[in-house]
Amino acid sequence: MANQEPVIRIEGLKKYFSTARGLLHAVDDVTFSIEKGKTLGVVGESGCGKSTLGRTIIHLLEKTDGKIWLEGQDISDVKGRELRKAREQMQIIFQDPYSSIDPRKTIEATVREPLVVSRKFKKNEIDDKAQELMELVGIDERLRRSYPHELDGGRRQRVGIARALALNPKFVVCDEPVSALDVSIQAQVLNLLKRLQMDRGLTYMFVTHDMSVVRHISDDICVMYLGQVVEKCPSKELFKNPLHPYTKALLSAIPSTDIDHPFQREILQGELTSPINPKPGCRFAARCKYATEDCQQPQVQEEVSPGHFVRCCRVGEIN
Amino acid sequence: MSENTNNAFLKVEDLVVEYFTDDNVVHAVNGVSLHLDRGKTLGLVGETGAGKTTIAKSILRILPDVGARITQGNITLDNQDLLKLPEHEMREIRGNKISMIFQDPMTALNPVERVGDQIAEVIRLHNNISHEECEKRAKEMLAMVGITEDRYTEYPHQFSGGMKQRIVIAIALACNPQVLLADEPTTALDVTIQAQVLDLIRDLRNQFNTAMLLITHDMGVVAQVCDDVAVIYAGSIVEYGTKEQIFHHPTHPYTIGLFGAIPSMSEDEEWLHPIEGLPPDPSDLPQGCPFNPRCPYATEECRKAAIPVFKTADGHDCRCCHIDQVKKEG
Repeated sequence: MANQEPVIRIEGLKKYFSTARGLLHAVDDVTFSIEKGKTLGVVGESGCGKSTLGRTIIHLLEKTDGKIWLEGQDISDVKGRELRKAREQMQIIFQDPYSSIDPRKTIEATVREPLVVSRKFKKNEIDDKAQELMELVGIDERLRRSYPHELDGGRRQRVGIARALALNPKFVVCDEPVSALDVSIQAQVLNLLKRLQMDRGLTYMFVTHDMSVVRHISDDICVMYLGQVVEKCPSKELFKNPLHPYTKALLSAIPSTDIDHPFQREILQGELTSPINPKPGCRFAARCKYATEDCQQPQVQEEVSPGHFVRCCRVGEIN
Repeated sequence: MSENTNNAFLKVEDLVVEYFTDDNVVHAVNGVSLHLDRGKTLGLVGETGAGKTTIAKSILRILPDVGARITQGNITLDNQDLLKLPEHEMREIRGNKISMIFQDPMTALNPVERVGDQIAEVIRLHNNISHEECEKRAKEMLAMVGITEDRYTEYPHQFSGGMKQRIVIAIALACNPQVLLADEPTTALDVTIQAQVLDLIRDLRNQFNTAMLLITHDMGVVAQVCDDVAVIYAGSIVEYGTKEQIFHHPTHPYTIGLFGAIPSMSEDEEWLHPIEGLPPDPSDLPQGCPFNPRCPYATEECRKAAIPVFKTADGHDCRCCHIDQVKKEG
């Protein structure tokens, strides 16, 4: 299995938006790959480009530059029928189960839609598959003819999951799928996602701002700051040995439930700077207590230890 | 938790709030009692729809005129019965003695008024001082929450989310309130900004000896900021004690379930432990304990009648008739 192609590989992926004030660098030079059956967590604060990254990979947004491979096949510039074929393999679960499901369709119709659109199945096959999918994600028989407004957030998110899995995709972008849910329901949905991954060999890119959720679900984690990946490594390593100053600050800002060990908080000054026409140097430098002149130069991603990548020129000195 | 609840600064006793719709009654708050002292912070923890915000709005008496009714209970501030005050006296209290930080800074501010004026407005309403003096005080408030005074004339859309929340906090604190009701003050913010805002709130509370009711669903925030904790489920307080009591000896099955459902930051677990099922429909609450349909310990007794409050081994309140069994198996 070792030499199998990763399910998703991206290289130098960029997505810029033009705004009245200049180019907004939402995703800037991101490179990674995800092996089959694994989960890559992508964390960062609002506006860091993590959702844009997911959407660009699955061609919901058109990339500005860079390459994307799906199971070894270059899909960077596919169009028309090829794009449709690629999209069947790549699906997304959205953050807000209230706005991502058509309010005027029954639950059943929502789950059937991708099956109908694909034109691969006969009517009775669609019926069977839709039933199977709803069973898979745990939507009760009696709710199948209901409308989204009759369902709570957790159940709606299950509908979103069933719809994403309808065409048996290989790769699923989970874009903050549990952020809108209460903790008790959040745990139900996280367990469901994990079970589905095990049963179907799914590969996930899991976008979230919640560090405890990302720690639980991911094999590897990317930390993003203003469009760039500042640190990438296996999940356990990140929490044990964070190296980038931003990662350290991010981890220390999480309010811990351990009341006996009030944590040493490192409070960051200032807020995210603008991603519009950013300066070439380190984007975190303005808030970083270690920043020096060297940080004004473009930063390269270095492999500090096997599998642990950091984009910081002072990583050696400060750790 | 203060032993003498009779002399507490803010007291809520046996509060019942209902919302009326065309064809049913929503039982939002069902017999809630709370007490809060100056300089202390009480965390009110629960999930969406548990009645947390309704309690805060009842204290300020800003529930909607039509459709909502406080059908039972007392709310006293410094031995003054707030529910019996005429409206014009209540207006003296709002924003002055009691103020509220609203959850969503994007909608709590007036988009077409300069932020400085929004702060000055509260000061002017409650103090008989000149226009210039108001403006000076408003600028001081801005500085206190870490915003330079040259931004006084800017509008809300010119600020980031974290800064808007700090402006909301500045408005809430402008008249040095004795009681601060903070409704999910950091939920809409990123963690690094949340850390800044929580520190700010904590400093200001210490400086002004404010009594604070902090509404949240985040156990981490409670752990960092609160002295006491009340866990609320379906409009009833199911467990109430000091932070140490609740975090070290959670006793109610719902509280235990809540802690269990949070992914751990220190241990690796293959599967999470969700609370099965869903919170009940507040217009159709189950008989007896509202948690019984989801509770692994539920028996006939739990489904019959309302559950009284029991004292746990360490002396905090828990509304569960099976605390001994829960403790044994917990």
